[in-house]
Amino acid sequence: MASAASQFNNDATRMVADLGHRQMVQQSLSGYQKTRSSNANRFQDWESARSRAAATKDEAIRHLDRYLEQFEEKLVARGAKVFWANDATEARTYILDLARAKQARAIVKSKTMVSEEIHLNDALEKAGFQVVESDLGEFIVQLRHEPPYHIVFPAMHLTRGQISDLFQQKLGAEATTDPEALTMTARRALRQAYIAADIGITGANFAVAETGMISITENEGNARLTSGLPKIHVVLLGIEKILPRLADLALFLPMLATAGTGQQLTCYNSMVGGPRGADEIDGPEEMHVVLLDNGRTRLLADAEQRDALRCIRCGACLNVCPIFRNVGGHAYGTTYQGPIGSVITPHLRGLQSWQHLSQASSLCGACTETCPVKIDLHHHLLQNRRNAVAEKGSLFQQLQFKAFAFVVNRPGLFEFAVHVMKGFSPFQRLFNATPADPVWPWTKSRELPSFARKSFRDLWKQRAS
Amino acid sequence: MNARDSILARVREALRGGSSSSSFAKATKDEHVAAGETRLADGSSEVRQVLPKVPDDFAGQVALFAERSDSLKTEFLACPDEAVASAQLKLLSDREGWESIAVPADSEIRALLTDVSITKLEVSRSTVKTDLEKVSAGITGCDALIAQTGSVLLTAKSGGGRALSVLPGHHVVIATSSQLVPDLPAAFELLERKYAPDFPSFMTFITGPSRTGDIERVLVLGAHGPRKLTVIMVGGEGAEK
Repeated sequence: MASAASQFNNDATRMVADLGHRQMVQQSLSGYQKTRSSNANRFQDWESARSRAAATKDEAIRHLDRYLEQFEEKLVARGAKVFWANDATEARTYILDLARAKQARAIVKSKTMVSEEIHLNDALEKAGFQVVESDLGEFIVQLRHEPPYHIVFPAMHLTRGQISDLFQQKLGAEATTDPEALTMTARRALRQAYIAADIGITGANFAVAETGMISITENEGNARLTSGLPKIHVVLLGIEKILPRLADLALFLPMLATAGTGQQLTCYNSMVGGPRGADEIDGPEEMHVVLLDNGRTRLLADAEQRDALRCIRCGACLNVCPIFRNVGGHAYGTTYQGPIGSVITPHLRGLQSWQHLSQASSLCGACTETCPVKIDLHHHLLQNRRNAVAEKGSLFQQLQFKAFAFVVNRPGLFEFAVHVMKGFSPFQRLFNATPADPVWPWTKSRELPSFARKSFRDLWKQRAS
Repeated sequence: MNARDSILARVREALRGGSSSSSFAKATKDEHVAAGETRLADGSSEVRQVLPKVPDDFAGQVALFAERSDSLKTEFLACPDEAVASAQLKLLSDREGWESIAVPADSEIRALLTDVSITKLEVSRSTVKTDLEKVSAGITGCDALIAQTGSVLLTAKSGGGRALSVLPGHHVVIATSSQLVPDLPAAFELLERKYAPDFPSFMTFITGPSRTGDIERVLVLGAHGPRKLTVIMVGGEGAEK
């Protein structure tokens, strides 16, 4: 399965060379970092908040079976339907069958990464349904037939000029470089979509077991319109979204906002617990909740890494990651980018095909430090590397490590090897940074450090004598 | 076995594998959460200690709500009594050039709007969404105002359904000063006291007018929801303690 790894290598190499792109990503994240830290500072104790959030999520995970059943029971009691899906196919089939049975034509969606994970839009469009993404960033990338660039900021890689060109081309809009005018163009286009849609599909940021409610965090109001206006509301969520109690949201809503976008609270945090109630004047007639596993129980079974199920998809680890900031979101080739994506994708889609992402890390630990739910991200990257080799290391790789271990365990041999390498060094210099260089994979983008004239061992001997 | 049973079986099987994870164990051993689940279950006072600080007194909370509103670009009008609130609504209507407004049925809010002599659409089950979309403003009540975050807590019950507070371009909230609560934990306590176990099907914290930063991270108001949010607080005293 060289495909995903070689695609990553190619795309990453290309993006790293694109200085304009790198500058743009750095610039758009610098504002986030400022507002994020000022809002984290408003907390009386951000570190305790992180510990508490992590412990609350762990509690949910430790009793996940019980909480899922409670979540279902409460929702069903209020008239919602709950469908459990083992994998992407089952989830897609349920939603397609529902859309067909209801003779739906138009479907409006608000941002849900799980829908990207199961490639729902493709399936719906192929089946002849008209699908409109309503989150502005998602709407833009949908018009470009691109996957989201970032789990929270889907169109972060595009300039206003590119978006203006896109809107001229696809929506017949006037050229403008005013973000407000561009936003209003999308607002006008999407208003009609909400009103015309037969089905609204949303994700969920949290699933409250105690009361059987989903909670959606957003800024634009598109999720409120998507969940509130059409006759049928479909919610698509992973089973790890569970929180034990309604009151837990008092902590999680501000933490998600602070870590995710640097806001104290996002504009709308809505809890939906069923279709329109008997004494309510509006709201959908039906609510369908699709609970998806799709590899999450595999991650749960890994006791070492199951803390990754705490993830609230805030995107903070992407924002601080030196790899993400240089290769960009698309190079990953995954639904979930950045450190969290590199950690969980091997569990969701196969270790051997996706372990290369765990190699693309400097192990600096910025992700672990910023994570609001304290996922031990950079250690999980190391564990993925270890597991990949243990499961199926190449013979050559195993031989390399065995040879290395053999040499470094024998001081005399090690010293001899160092002298051989030193002697070899002048020959390498002749071909330095050319394809004929034996260490070309290293020197094509980096300098090869030269040997010190005296090794540490030489210096130590001198000092001793 | 159906998918429900097989997912639950896999969850149980996976959990039998113990929790030897370094980080998984670490967080739960953390001194802040040492007491474990029992304390977690009853933790609103602890959550309160980590969240942003809120003054204890009513005046301080009003000032904080005003400050948060200002930074969120919410228009906040504190009115000592109903007569002033009524006059403010008239001013607002004239200033914004409202042509029509939408209001919830059978509501005390209507009493405050007697001076506003424009078309008033009373929302009901038969209200057409395209009509609601065209009105100049939607006027609703709420369940609470949250000083800590400058938020309005509104439900399908207090907010005249789901659409009234999000479809019109301007959302005006009428609250009483006794509805001001200090922080998010207090807002959740209020929801449970008021509704549990029969919660409205929809509840939302509204924190400023609709916004987006999806184009080059530049803030634009009125992405899909209201471009303007006005909060009118009537009365000069907090809730009785």
